[in-house]
Amino acid sequence: MELLVASAIGVLTAGGIYLVLRLRTFPVILGMSLLTYAVNVFIFASGRLTVGAPPVLHDGATVYTDPLPQALVLTAIVISFGMTAVVVMIGLGAFLGSDDDHVDDQPDPDPEGRS
Amino acid sequence: MTHWIILPIVLPAMLAPFIVLAARYHIGIQRVFSVTGVLALIAIAAGLAWEVSDGSVILYQLSDWAAPFGIVVVGDRLSTLMVLLTTILALAVLLYAIGSGWDNRGRHFHALFQFQLMGILGAFLTGDLFNLFVFFEVLLIASYGLMIHSGGAPRLRAGVQYVLFNLIGSTLFLFALGSLYAETGTLNMADLSQRVALIGAEETVGIRVAAVLLLLVFAIKAALVPLHFWLPSSYAEAPAPVAALFAIMTKVGAYAIIRVYTMIFPPGLEATAGLHDLWLLPAALVSLAIGMVGVLAAQTLDRLVAYSIIGSMGMVLVSIALFSPEAIAASLYYIVHSTLAGAALFLISDLVRTGRGNLELTAQPVMAGTHMTAAFYFAGAIAMAGLPPLSGFLGKLLVLDAAYGTELMAWIWAVVLISSLISIVGFARAGSVLFWKAHGLESAVADDQQSLPTVLSYTATGGLIALLALHTIFAGQVHGYTSKIAAQLFSPDTYVSTVLETPGKLSDAKEEDH
Repeated sequence: MELLVASAIGVLTAGGIYLVLRLRTFPVILGMSLLTYAVNVFIFASGRLTVGAPPVLHDGATVYTDPLPQALVLTAIVISFGMTAVVVMIGLGAFLGSDDDHVDDQPDPDPEGRS
Repeated sequence: MTHWIILPIVLPAMLAPFIVLAARYHIGIQRVFSVTGVLALIAIAAGLAWEVSDGSVILYQLSDWAAPFGIVVVGDRLSTLMVLLTTILALAVLLYAIGSGWDNRGRHFHALFQFQLMGILGAFLTGDLFNLFVFFEVLLIASYGLMIHSGGAPRLRAGVQYVLFNLIGSTLFLFALGSLYAETGTLNMADLSQRVALIGAEETVGIRVAAVLLLLVFAIKAALVPLHFWLPSSYAEAPAPVAALFAIMTKVGAYAIIRVYTMIFPPGLEATAGLHDLWLLPAALVSLAIGMVGVLAAQTLDRLVAYSIIGSMGMVLVSIALFSPEAIAASLYYIVHSTLAGAALFLISDLVRTGRGNLELTAQPVMAGTHMTAAFYFAGAIAMAGLPPLSGFLGKLLVLDAAYGTELMAWIWAVVLISSLISIVGFARAGSVLFWKAHGLESAVADDQQSLPTVLSYTATGGLIALLALHTIFAGQVHGYTSKIAAQLFSPDTYVSTVLETPGKLSDAKEEDH
């Protein structure tokens, strides 16, 4: 199971980094989402992997899983979810405003047009 | 247990939704509440700073859960100084935004402003790394909104870059927190400082990865070269009052570096040896040089100011990277100076924009209100470039003095002095193009984009310049206080024992565990 989780995190991170380095907004946002999935699984695994154990006090349980990473990952999921929504909206606004979805600065054809 | 320490976080958090819900169509009511809130925050921050000035540490346990199980808010000399600086800066920025009408050019400026304050103040006050992350996110979300306030295609494009860069930074922060938690089983800073010291010499792989990742995250926030690429576009395209408030945001990164690398990974720790002197210091010197060269090369005034922020952050980080008590004291003095000077320069660039309609560094007819604006620019540029008599000069002197006798002294002195010269040339060139060459040109047609800045705009900008003057006049006292802060940072026992030994819920159970 450790191998599976570790390689899942690795593959997600690799894919995320590749996509983040692309030039246009949409792949970059997809890459960001992959990276946040990777980091969520990573945080979840940072409390050690335990199968079938309760996180809070439970009658008859002898093994517990660490509840803190689950709380942390919940916060991280909520934040990354909101952030992705924000960046999609701003990216959409930028694309509709300038008809161009490049992430980097394009050479300004009309320097007088700046305000 | 005093409840005052939580108010800098709770008060803006309550005010912001109130402004959105109850006063969303009444800019006047929004302004009144926003200014009142900031004034109250200044009073609270001053009270807190006074209370901890004797070296005590204020601890607030949320819901009375004892650390390290519960969330704690901690105020010591460093964090209360930063809180006070932020609130004072916020007042000047807010007055400028009201005076120039920026707050009325889009929706929800005041609500976002309060959320932004909540995030910044929370980041300074939290005693827990995960909450540092949460407050970073709060301040970033608010800053995304403020950054694209009043819209426009170039601003939105810069906003996308800014958001994406910071999202990657947040992801890195989470990776760092995950590896820290996996290694130590805690994220409370005081608890971490004890547990990291216990890690054996052979098992430091994970903790070293976490230390480097954290440094990367904070370096992104502090716009350290080569992680500075987000700053010039976003600061230049952001509305000027927002950019002025952002002057404190790079300092949040510097604050986090000081806090984490004095307490959790102190300079004496073997596992992270070489992180400061081998990596941070050269990068900081390069930022200083690149920032000041950028000042010389900039073609618009807002980019010039943005690059001067990078340069001054380089200066701050050079001093931090030396990691001696004298150097930290010098860097804190310089942080206060560069926050005020950077914010003043952004406000001045907006005065120029109001006066002549654009910020191109080309000779154009005389702008409206040129005398006052030119005087402010003169003072702001002197402060930022580090010429006497203003505090930039004293700050640089303190940094140079702290570097005296260290191994890299020749490098530090050379880079600081040469980059100062370059920045003086850059500021002088921009000033002469903006204000002197204008007199040779006929103002043929009255440009309808020209308008005189309001009195309140001048008052807010002048207030920041006056604060810089005070920072210079009372330099002895301020530096004495920052030396005390550095002394407290380098002997964190009071902080650690206050956080970990104050009783609360679960603290009895903890003793049974041991």
